[in-house]
Amino acid sequence: MILHLFFIAFSLACILPVLLIVSISLTNEKALTLQGYKFWPEQIDLSAYQYLFSHSQTLAKAYGVSLTVTVAGTFLAVLLIALYAYPLYRKDFPFKKAFNFYLLITMLFSGGLVPFYLLYVNFLDLKDSLIALILPGLSNAFYIFITRTFFQQTVPEEMIESGKLDGASEWRIFFQLVLPISLPVLATIALFTTLMYWNDWFNSMLFINNTDLYSLQYVMIQMIRQAEFFKNQLAGSGVALLVQEAVPTESLRMAMVIVSIGPILFIYPFFQKYFTKGLTIGAIKG
Amino acid sequence: MLHNIVKYRVLLFMLLPPTIVFFINCYIPMFGLFIAFKNINYVDGIMGSPWAGLDNFRFLFATSDALRVTVNTVAYNVVFIISGLILSVSLAVAVNEVTGRLASRIYQTVMIMPNFLSMVVVSFIVYAFLHPEYGFLVKHILPLFGYSSVNAYMHPNAWPYILWLTKMWHSVGIGSVIYLAAITGISEELYEAAVMDGASKWQQITRITLPLLTPIMVILTILNLGGIFRSDFGLFYHVTLDSGALRSTTDVIDTYVYRGLIQLNDLGMSSAANFYQSVIGFFLVLGANSLARKLNSETALF
Repeated sequence: MILHLFFIAFSLACILPVLLIVSISLTNEKALTLQGYKFWPEQIDLSAYQYLFSHSQTLAKAYGVSLTVTVAGTFLAVLLIALYAYPLYRKDFPFKKAFNFYLLITMLFSGGLVPFYLLYVNFLDLKDSLIALILPGLSNAFYIFITRTFFQQTVPEEMIESGKLDGASEWRIFFQLVLPISLPVLATIALFTTLMYWNDWFNSMLFINNTDLYSLQYVMIQMIRQAEFFKNQLAGSGVALLVQEAVPTESLRMAMVIVSIGPILFIYPFFQKYFTKGLTIGAIKG
Repeated sequence: MLHNIVKYRVLLFMLLPPTIVFFINCYIPMFGLFIAFKNINYVDGIMGSPWAGLDNFRFLFATSDALRVTVNTVAYNVVFIISGLILSVSLAVAVNEVTGRLASRIYQTVMIMPNFLSMVVVSFIVYAFLHPEYGFLVKHILPLFGYSSVNAYMHPNAWPYILWLTKMWHSVGIGSVIYLAAITGISEELYEAAVMDGASKWQQITRITLPLLTPIMVILTILNLGGIFRSDFGLFYHVTLDSGALRSTTDVIDTYVYRGLIQLNDLGMSSAANFYQSVIGFFLVLGANSLARKLNSETALF
């Protein structure tokens, strides 16, 4: 019983801060300035959301950028992770050790921010390009080791053997035999990668100057840093002066946050059934 | 060799794309560390710029910045690692004791949720509590204790506590997942035998669960120790709103390098700090690993 009370309190501590944001986004701007932020709006006021959806070119573009980067990035990342993990799993593969070592080094030693930045900007010329938002997320040694371990524990070698006897090519064995039974780990990795891409702001901050390529997170950074930003960005130039008074600045910021975390909460239950299984089997003996 | 390459050409071909990506993202920047020894100017380019010897390092360590960001980085990390370990393990043990599958699932789901929010979103949440005029704490809680409006973003001494709380809120739940997974892997028979011998719940936890979790605790702590020179950039940069007034207690190596690189365009200082961070980080991982191997050869990473 005490345990339940503790966990109910703990769960509330996890949820309430988010509900505070929801409440602020639904509160009338005047009430906010008079009473401060509260957990319960006295009157539901949707004007922040109306404003967000009716005026926001920036929001639509940022959603497009975040969605593109997340979908493309997640697909590529999961594919590359599986492609690397599978040969490492194959007992008969003679270069296993070398490729294991190649990965291990990346976990030990890193060049750090400065060389990374200069490589992307000066040598690869990726400033203001969506590739700069996708490419950095594609190299994660830890996920490869998790996936390899999952293969080792759930994909029987006999299956590979019998596939070969039946004359299936290596590609066919990989795509039609190994991947389908590895869905739990692939879904888990996909969830983490989706989150990483959707929540990424760092690469936008480093590489993106063009406002058309701002991701959702980066637009939010601009919003919390400079209150003026979205008045200028959201409203068209001529209309700006007229609407400026009516812009619900405080609630609008929080509405933007809610709009950005919506998809995450939506996607989570979908992955959850795989989540525990994939992570547990993959991680226990890393 | 050649025979094997031909025989396993398909597997090697599979490895090609990810290997190239790792080469670009991880290996080329490693070789780029020499930038710290160069006096970069944009006319000559990175390769053509003259060598500077140790000048960049001399400038970095001549300022008080180096000491401040090092102390901050290490101190925050030590506190985060220790309290994170204690809280995550306790939470995992506690969740495991929850009877009722539905309740346990709900608690687990909710616990993990904060980790799904980006640090940008977290910075908004902290801001909603601490906003100098409208913030929930400032407007509704502090007045109860007789304080009037407080602008936390001007008080550096409050931030070790604020950042600690924020970090724990964000990471403890997800941190406990791996321990929970390990607990689920413990054989039921051990507990049954202990119950037969009359062990209490508490004794089962301290004599069975915790000792069996020790290897994974050691491994994760080693991993974390290796990262003691790195920090959660978003936490220190966004949650503090990059406020200059807070730097004495919130500036860490990562924010320092970023500011030097992007905001101040001070490539010399920034790359020296970057080099310092990378190289010491490398020796920390090696040291921590050999320590673990001495304690117990099973638990070492490599």
